[in-house]
Amino acid sequence: MNSDMWKVPDRFRPVISSLCITCKKCIKECSYDVLEFNNGAIHAKHGCVACQRCVEMCPQDAIEIQRVPETMAPHGTYTERHRRAILSQANSGGVLLSSCGTDIPYNSIFDDLLLDAAQVTNPAIDPLRETVETKTYLGSRNGSLRLSSEGSFAVKPGCGIMMDMPVMLGHVSLGAVSYNTQKALFMAARRLNILAGTGEGGLHRDFREFAPHLNSEVASGRFGVNPDFLKDVASIEIKIGQGAKPGHGGHLPGEKVSDLISETRMIPLGTDALSPYPHHDIYSIEDLEQLIATLKEAVNYEHPVGVKIAAVHNIAAIASGAVRAGADFITLDGFRGGTGSTPRIIRDHAGIPIEAAVAVVDKRLTEEGLRNRVTLCAGGSIRSSADMIKMIALGADVVGVCTAALIAMGCRLCQSCHLGKCSWGIATQKPDLVSRMDPELGATRVVRLLSAWNEELKEILGAMGIDSVESLVGNRDRLRYIGPNPRIADIMGIKHAGEGWG
Amino acid sequence: MVGKSEASKHCIGELCGEITDFSRLPSYGAARPPGLSSIMGGCGIAGCMDLNGGKIRGDKIARMLSIMSERENGLGSGYVAYGLFPDHKDEYCLQFFFDNEESMFAVEECLKKRGEITRDECVYTTNHTDIPLPHPMVWRYFFVPKSSSNPKYKDPDQCIVDLVMNINFSIHGAFCISSGKDMAVFKGNGFSYQIADYYDLSRYKAQMWCSHSRFPTNTPGWWAGAHPISLLDWSVCHNGEITSYGVNRKFVEMNGYKCTLLTDSEVITYTWDILVRKHGLPLQVAAFAMAPMYYRDMELMNDHNRQLAQQLRITYKEAFLNGPFSILVGRSRPEITMLAMADRKKLRPLIIGHNEDDGMIYAASEECAIRIADNDAYTWVTNPGNPMIARVGEGIIRYGTERPFEGAFNEQ
Repeated sequence: MNSDMWKVPDRFRPVISSLCITCKKCIKECSYDVLEFNNGAIHAKHGCVACQRCVEMCPQDAIEIQRVPETMAPHGTYTERHRRAILSQANSGGVLLSSCGTDIPYNSIFDDLLLDAAQVTNPAIDPLRETVETKTYLGSRNGSLRLSSEGSFAVKPGCGIMMDMPVMLGHVSLGAVSYNTQKALFMAARRLNILAGTGEGGLHRDFREFAPHLNSEVASGRFGVNPDFLKDVASIEIKIGQGAKPGHGGHLPGEKVSDLISETRMIPLGTDALSPYPHHDIYSIEDLEQLIATLKEAVNYEHPVGVKIAAVHNIAAIASGAVRAGADFITLDGFRGGTGSTPRIIRDHAGIPIEAAVAVVDKRLTEEGLRNRVTLCAGGSIRSSADMIKMIALGADVVGVCTAALIAMGCRLCQSCHLGKCSWGIATQKPDLVSRMDPELGATRVVRLLSAWNEELKEILGAMGIDSVESLVGNRDRLRYIGPNPRIADIMGIKHAGEGWG
Repeated sequence: MVGKSEASKHCIGELCGEITDFSRLPSYGAARPPGLSSIMGGCGIAGCMDLNGGKIRGDKIARMLSIMSERENGLGSGYVAYGLFPDHKDEYCLQFFFDNEESMFAVEECLKKRGEITRDECVYTTNHTDIPLPHPMVWRYFFVPKSSSNPKYKDPDQCIVDLVMNINFSIHGAFCISSGKDMAVFKGNGFSYQIADYYDLSRYKAQMWCSHSRFPTNTPGWWAGAHPISLLDWSVCHNGEITSYGVNRKFVEMNGYKCTLLTDSEVITYTWDILVRKHGLPLQVAAFAMAPMYYRDMELMNDHNRQLAQQLRITYKEAFLNGPFSILVGRSRPEITMLAMADRKKLRPLIIGHNEDDGMIYAASEECAIRIADNDAYTWVTNPGNPMIARVGEGIIRYGTERPFEGAFNEQ
């Protein structure tokens, strides 16, 4: 035993077949330095994360990533996952970091829900023949419309924007992702006429042109927040928490703070960008009220100001408080949501599922007569259009999608973002890696994905006999539960499969 | 071969709407059937009105409704008459179903606390009927709410709404079926002709009648659950199934209404009350909130109308009635008014008829209902989502073929 740092076994291994022509492209593509050329052949070393970059790029299809079989003695309680974590922490003495959403296979409530369809008593609608609308409004509402006898507005209506589908690309900051990745997401949002989140890193001057399609983030670090930035964008979101790390801040290490990041975040080159855990001017609800009022004042009441909160145990009361504090929209982020870097302990163990959070918030706001004042956005682990549709039926006006969009652009969910060596040019600042992401191609693939989801949404709406998406929002009557725990169905206000209407 | 001929005989019977053997289905009066959470089904609707304010006898509307025999299966039908009590125009006419005397006493206690009963009477019903038992008692009260210093009850209409909601929600065996001025509802669990005979509608003369017959699919018959669904002077006869019911229910609950009937038709009645009485929207503007224009069509409107249409849709997206429907809406204030409209895809039938000579206006699911009343009436259909509005003394205000918002506001 030469070292106090013991081996943590690899989980993945590239296997090179006889088709290999030793062109060495894979060695260049592997940013984790796993592959080497030796004795006339390509060999694999330790450290493969299964990012699949070499597999995708091999001109001969000669590489396959294999899972290394578990070699420790099997144990039902101390699984290999636990033993690997113990070994890692005994090696480092530190908090374990990871990224993306939790990889623990928690039961997904989405998978326990079934959608309704129209039969006999009402006609289904074919979206290819009839109009089925998916236009969605994000912003504040008054709850009533007061008109003068001439038909003009006696009270100024709420402020907000219209999007072509009930989808918002989630927040990823410049810093967490590369310049090219953010550009691709922004281009996609503009083409789809939806919103994309800027993340908390401010807005690079090159991206000002996308501002009408951006949802800006005012986070605890206040990076890049200035009046011009706020006035340009479509909406402003105060980030209290994030589903992947509720109660946690952010830390962009100094080595990632390049010229580009330093300029955008307005911090000195090479310094750590630290986002405090709370906003240090928000220690309670009345402080939030003041910040909302300040931001509204700053933008002349022309843009909606929202609050993003992580789905935690008391979410319904917190959301209600935020609405009473003046939020025009509320964004809920579920505990399975993604991130560029988070302590594994928080990612895997804090918060509640977004399905339950959305349902209880929608119910609570309805009971308090507040639901028709705000837009409710929700995200965190939306894997498919089915999840998106169920999220809407549970109560969300707008659904946040991010990990799925990144997967469309190349991400393989290897959960190594925090290493900063993303071989796909997404979660990295290294110029040679960043250049691997072609913004045009990335945008095209995201547009294709979400257009397909929107078509699927129309198909489902039509099948339910609904011709506009707003009539599905919070329409939990059209969901049925088939999972193992009827208690959660009760809490969410959903009937069990087999229960009819009468 | 015997079996085959018997089967075909059975089929013909079904086609003629002759299936009357629902004896295995229980029947309920004022109390809610246990386990019932929502009622749905197809229906027939018919209405008529004398634009000059003349009186129409109740047997006319009964003929109109009953001719559409394929639209009902004997599990509910009802009528509403407007302009019925010219001598009691300023009092609220509250009509109740009671399953027993205890519920009646409880309701009277409740009424006396909140106002004065100026007159009460038993609503005439015949003993000779084949409508399955039980038959609830039908009682009528003319009522004047107390003027109250409590700001919540300053508005007598609001006082009545709260009273009705509370009684229907909390007094078992009692149900308020109509609560407006100068109007009354006659409904029950039977075929349209049975209900007309049961109440002997020919003894009533009214300026406007609306009516409804029901074809529920699998729910028990429930007297209180039959249409018209009425609150204050609003009445709604509804043929359709609201696919957005879960959303619409949220809208009325957010505005302080309790859903006691568990039908999608109930939320339509309350939505009219919210949009027109509480929020002050003109009748046709409220109609366009419930059947909003497509965003695509809004692009073709002038600036004023486009902004109005957009804000209407955004603000009242929970009031948007999605799915197939055609409805008849009645109102007695400020003047007796009929509104008829279908959903924005026109998935349920609606036809309007007008006879200029005698000033009669008709609306119905099928043309036969109009023809049996008036062979010479001129008929037309409304555009999808576009309301026909007619008012006693004023005539036809909208044919339902005009552009949205036309004539809704004073010229600027």
